[in-house]
Amino acid sequence: MSTTLTRTRTGAGKDDGADAAGRPVTARRAPWPHRAATALRRAVTGGAALLWTALVVVPVYWLVVTSLRSATDFTTASPLAPPGHPTLANYRTVLDGDFATYLLNSAVVTVATVVFTVVAALMAAFAIVRNSGSRWSRVTFRLFLLGLAIPLQAVIIPVYLLIIRMRLYDSLAAIVLPSVAFALPITVMILVSFLRDVPRSLFEAMVVDGAGDWRMLISLAAPLARPALVTVAVYDGLQVWNGFLFPLILTQSGDKAVLPLALTLYRGQFGIDVPATMAAVVLSTLPMLVVFVLARRQLVAGLTAGFSK
Amino acid sequence: MATTLRTPRTTSTTRTTRTTGRGGRRFSGALMAAPALILFGLFGLVPLVGVVALGFARWDGLGSIGWSGAANWSSVLTDGATWQALWLTVKVMVISWLVQTPLALALGVFQAPHGRLRSLFAVLWFLPLLLSAVAIGLTWQALLDPSFGIGATPGLHWLARPLLGSPDLALYTVIFVIAWQFVPFHALLYQAGIRQIPTELYEAAAIDGAGPATRFLRITLPQLKYTMVTSSTLMLVGSLTYFDLIFVLSGGTGGPGTATRVLPLAMYITGFQSHDMGRASAVATLLVAFGLGLSLLTTRLSGFTRMDSQQEGL
Repeated sequence: MSTTLTRTRTGAGKDDGADAAGRPVTARRAPWPHRAATALRRAVTGGAALLWTALVVVPVYWLVVTSLRSATDFTTASPLAPPGHPTLANYRTVLDGDFATYLLNSAVVTVATVVFTVVAALMAAFAIVRNSGSRWSRVTFRLFLLGLAIPLQAVIIPVYLLIIRMRLYDSLAAIVLPSVAFALPITVMILVSFLRDVPRSLFEAMVVDGAGDWRMLISLAAPLARPALVTVAVYDGLQVWNGFLFPLILTQSGDKAVLPLALTLYRGQFGIDVPATMAAVVLSTLPMLVVFVLARRQLVAGLTAGFSK
Repeated sequence: MATTLRTPRTTSTTRTTRTTGRGGRRFSGALMAAPALILFGLFGLVPLVGVVALGFARWDGLGSIGWSGAANWSSVLTDGATWQALWLTVKVMVISWLVQTPLALALGVFQAPHGRLRSLFAVLWFLPLLLSAVAIGLTWQALLDPSFGIGATPGLHWLARPLLGSPDLALYTVIFVIAWQFVPFHALLYQAGIRQIPTELYEAAAIDGAGPATRFLRITLPQLKYTMVTSSTLMLVGSLTYFDLIFVLSGGTGGPGTATRVLPLAMYITGFQSHDMGRASAVATLLVAFGLGLSLLTTRLSGFTRMDSQQEGL
């Protein structure tokens, strides 16, 4: 919600104002101390920007280049030099193994978690907003708010106990259920703040037409909330795709491993074969890179949606 | 599973029908909220109570659970390792905040104006956000290897030292890699915050003859107050839970020695490697208390709990 506001607000005219970067709005009067301050701030932010770019680009470049090296090239060549004889052999090594299984597991866990989370959160958010006057609506809202502050690391032992008692240990469902539970608070928060801005009159009009709550949810709230739903889906998806603790604790066998867990298995398996491990790292990131290329806006919006208002 | 799920559903429905007189709508509302409440209750709230209870239990993670009274607590609280882990956690938290906040603010300020070059930068800066903590950990671990890592590059030999292997350096290296992972996210928050500042404020200030430095200090910073509190809350509470990255960077040990063994790692090692779930739960309870206290404090300061729209203030 907030992000859509941001975009319309900044769409026009902000660039020429551009004061965040220190460019004067009116170039009419710029006495010396002001110009010096501008130069200083430009130097600081520009310098930080360049330094940071180098810090980001160098490791990523090294990661890709190393994944293309042969084992001998890796031990002899200068780390940042382009590979003498680039090879895809490392990728073949990774793909010849169980990579497809891990990829499939990650995909199943991510899709299932996102679908369950978004559907359950939309229903809950709608119920909270529609009954916003009532006490239980406030209590429910506060419960989810409390959920934002529960560190999942801190409650992993009882979760582990629950999963064992439910006989789900070492299954993909063991990852999905707690992942949904911990994605719900932030997802509900975002959807509540979105639905709250839907004009009441729209709902009232549907009440007059004799629509029940479920009709309203399906044919009014859900279509209206579509941008917010995409945003939270992308956010939840990224979190689950990269999640490590639940898979580490709640699964055990190789055929149930998701990609982040599989990466640690690769390290054990390849040992000192760093280029092969790096190829696995690159491969595990490719799906997110594709999402990034296709839906950069939604990804950025998703990451900041819950927090920037 | 079906049996476990049924119990909370009935209780929540009866509770709501009792409190309301006007049946239908409240009932469907309760039904709609039920799946989310049940899942969150079962895996979020029940474990919150459970972790406190397990702190008074004896359990090896496999066999039966027995009560042990306050034994876990007295042993956890008298163990120097607990206090060291707590101290490391606070250290990581404070240094991370000091490193990440100015950097994220500077990058956010740089990113905020629209423009081709700036959006190219933004794309590059975004890359760490796509990588999982495990991917980041494995990459940096290999990159910082004293023999085959970046230190082998001519001119960069000063980096050829055991940055992750020496007890004196490891924690700072970890803090650096954490910053690498999280600064882009916080820069995005600041960028979004800056873009929401009404241009009118700057125009008015410019007419009044305020220079860029004054405008930054008197408009940008105060207007970013909310963003700053949010970002800081996420950083502080989040830093309690840096687990994945440290786990990978230290090969699951929180090492070298115990140099990077923060509370979550201490808990994991106690519970899942030494098979003492009771003691681990006591440590986890400390973590919960710490986390809840911290976010209570920061939300009190920020008004994050307000249900009204933030936009109204403008």
